[in-house]
Amino acid sequence: MEDRIALPRKNGELVFDAPWEGRAFGMAVALNEIGEYEWSEFQSLLAAEIANTESSDSSTYYERWLVSLEKLLLDKGMLEAKELEARTTEYASGERDDDWHD
Amino acid sequence: MSGQHHRETEPYAAIRTKAIESLLIEKGLFTGDAIDAQIQAYEKDIGPMNGAKVVARAWVDSGYRERLLVNGREAISEMGFADTQGAELVVLENTPAVQNVVVCTLCSCYPWSVLGLPPTWYKSFAYRSRVVIEPRKVLKEFGLELDDSVEVRVWDSNSDVRYMILPKRPDGTENMSEDELVELVSRDSMVGVAQAKSPAQVS
Repeated sequence: MEDRIALPRKNGELVFDAPWEGRAFGMAVALNEIGEYEWSEFQSLLAAEIANTESSDSSTYYERWLVSLEKLLLDKGMLEAKELEARTTEYASGERDDDWHD
Repeated sequence: MSGQHHRETEPYAAIRTKAIESLLIEKGLFTGDAIDAQIQAYEKDIGPMNGAKVVARAWVDSGYRERLLVNGREAISEMGFADTQGAELVVLENTPAVQNVVVCTLCSCYPWSVLGLPPTWYKSFAYRSRVVIEPRKVLKEFGLELDDSVEVRVWDSNSDVRYMILPKRPDGTENMSEDELVELVSRDSMVGVAQAKSPAQVS
């Protein structure tokens, strides 16, 4: 799959600035749609993350979205911290490289 | 052979997202295809064209306009549009006397099914903090100057209630078809930071 396909735009603006943002968005919406949590639960975490970081760091909207999603998944027991760290390391080191979605 | 990649280092967020997605797929919570479909929907199908159709219909059909103002969620579902997050949708009508403007001061709550995903400016600290304090100044920066006689009302969205503006129908549009009217309705007019376009502004 070609690496440099132009990212989709609406009104001339990018819908997502990078593919991972779309994945994080899609996951949050999908899990709500199958009933894993109420949307208000995710939104509360997002609002809190924005409030906690907005004046102190330059993280982007979707970085805050991702942090909120991760917290919710851990709180709900859908993921465990250990397996998440292990899997993150596998991708970071290149040991795992199944990035078909990029 | 794994582990040898001569490519740029991915940002941490991308790596973390992959880790999360791969684990949740393994646990059977969803498939990669299902996530693809969510993204496709918001990149291609769901956007302000939906809201523009709702507005145009309300302009030509007074019964629909009334239903829209009484229960936004039900009325937009008549046209096949529906949010899946369970929020109510309140549609606010702009008039020569009242300009309603929408914000989500805490995050980014927004009527996705009729407007798509919010633009960066809507999510910005600047907009979220300033529009509630100095709305006329913010509107002026968007190019919208209102007479002092116009009342400005700012509505703060949350996870339970999202808002969409029904903009004023522009003058000189009496003989336009519903399809032609759709072309006048901009995304920004449905947030309240702009008016709908006049026929002269659309080529």
